[in-house]
Amino acid sequence: MFEIIQRFGAATIEYIRRMGVMGLFLFKAVLFMGIPPLKFVRFLKQIRFIGMQSVVVILLTGAFSGMVLGFQGFYSLSRFGSDAFLGPMVGLALIKELGPVISALMVTGRAGSAIAAEIGIMRMSEQIDALELMGLNPYRYLVVPNLLAAMISLPLLTAIFDVVGIFGGYLIGGKLLGVGAGTYFGEMASYVEMSDVMEGIYKSFSFGVIIAWVSCFKGYYAGIFTGFGSEGVSRATTQAVVLSSVLILVWDYFMTSILF
Amino acid sequence: MIQIENLHKSFDGKDVFRGISLDIPKGLILALIGRSGCGKSVLLKHVAGLIKPEKGRVVVDGREMGTARGKALTALRDRLGFLFQGGALFDSMNVFENVAFPLREKTRLSHNLIQARVLKELENVGLSGSEYKYPSQISGGMVKRAALARSLVGDPEIMLFDEPTTGLDPVTGQSIIELIDSCHQRLRFTGIMVTHEIGRVSPIVDRIAMLHEGVIWAEGTPSRFLSSEDPVVRAFLGDAVKEMT
Repeated sequence: MFEIIQRFGAATIEYIRRMGVMGLFLFKAVLFMGIPPLKFVRFLKQIRFIGMQSVVVILLTGAFSGMVLGFQGFYSLSRFGSDAFLGPMVGLALIKELGPVISALMVTGRAGSAIAAEIGIMRMSEQIDALELMGLNPYRYLVVPNLLAAMISLPLLTAIFDVVGIFGGYLIGGKLLGVGAGTYFGEMASYVEMSDVMEGIYKSFSFGVIIAWVSCFKGYYAGIFTGFGSEGVSRATTQAVVLSSVLILVWDYFMTSILF
Repeated sequence: MIQIENLHKSFDGKDVFRGISLDIPKGLILALIGRSGCGKSVLLKHVAGLIKPEKGRVVVDGREMGTARGKALTALRDRLGFLFQGGALFDSMNVFENVAFPLREKTRLSHNLIQARVLKELENVGLSGSEYKYPSQISGGMVKRAALARSLVGDPEIMLFDEPTTGLDPVTGQSIIELIDSCHQRLRFTGIMVTHEIGRVSPIVDRIAMLHEGVIWAEGTPSRFLSSEDPVVRAFLGDAVKEMT
């Protein structure tokens, strides 16, 4: 019995220690973000990777999310004779909630996993040690460019998602089910406020931080916290995606319920 | 140049070092031998400041590695080159970019000067013509040569070699050893070489130390070491010869 308690205690302490290491990791990343020089070429590469190369998947998911909302919204609202409010419903749902969350989940799956795998392989093959031994700061090379790129890319991708989704909703609600363009967009302009747009932007910005933070952390500590070799990298990648996704949803709840 | 004093380290409750002391004078190369898993690479990483000691200290040219932080640590590392067992080349960069990387990041040399210096270093290690190949496109021996060129391009005063010939065929392994020797003749760096191939490296090293059961079990010049009557040393040398044959 004593041994079980001891093991439980040791596991709890280890878990808290890892959370502390993870918190310190973010602290250092933010600290080095504010200290020049920025590795600009790598930053641009990561903007291209996280942002540009995610556009297609965002366009697709945005369009279909909007179209589904158009269908569901129209049938739900028409029961109450309120189908004129389809535009505000689609707009608010996308801008405040679905846009930031789905975009973040898509980027996590596409870019977060790749970031964790890349840094994890660099850790396993001692490339990060090599950087350190050259007297270079691995945070500056590997973490800061990803963090900045994700913080900039996510709000922009979310904006694309929202716009495409709104038009997707109009395609179904307006063109297929007969809600007029004036009603759809006019009501949307009346009910969607700038504070709603800002809510979505704040959320997507913070999701960008979560994705880069968790993915870089899992890759950086592959071999230390996730086991060695290719299995360690695969575990780090899986954990990066799962933890990022969970944190995005949890943080979304807190931002929605407390901040707004 | 390098002093290791009473170094202790354990991992997961298992003692790896139980009081290691070594002194490597300037310009000399020490070969560090011992059974697999005895902590040779861990010792190198202590010297490089990648791992902190639990007790004892590593002093490089009068500065303690374990307590050095920030700019002091960077200044120490600027004087140090490390040849990793697997090369540790950046796999997203070609050979030229790998060798040029420390110069681009750490110096203000012009593009032309960097290019000239990198090409010269690649010529020194026999990699002319392979500049634009990626690490995955070249052989293990070429990876080691490229990694050696990268670690030497900054003219380090101290070189740490982690099993430079492991995984290479005897001919390529011998060529790497000869290459290290010629670089040593040219740069006169102080070095520690972790190796299993004692017979092959003994002509180019000044001292040999054997790590066993967490301490330096035996140390001496190559001729003294190879003629040691210590049963542990004899057993290891026998195994090493068997491994080589």
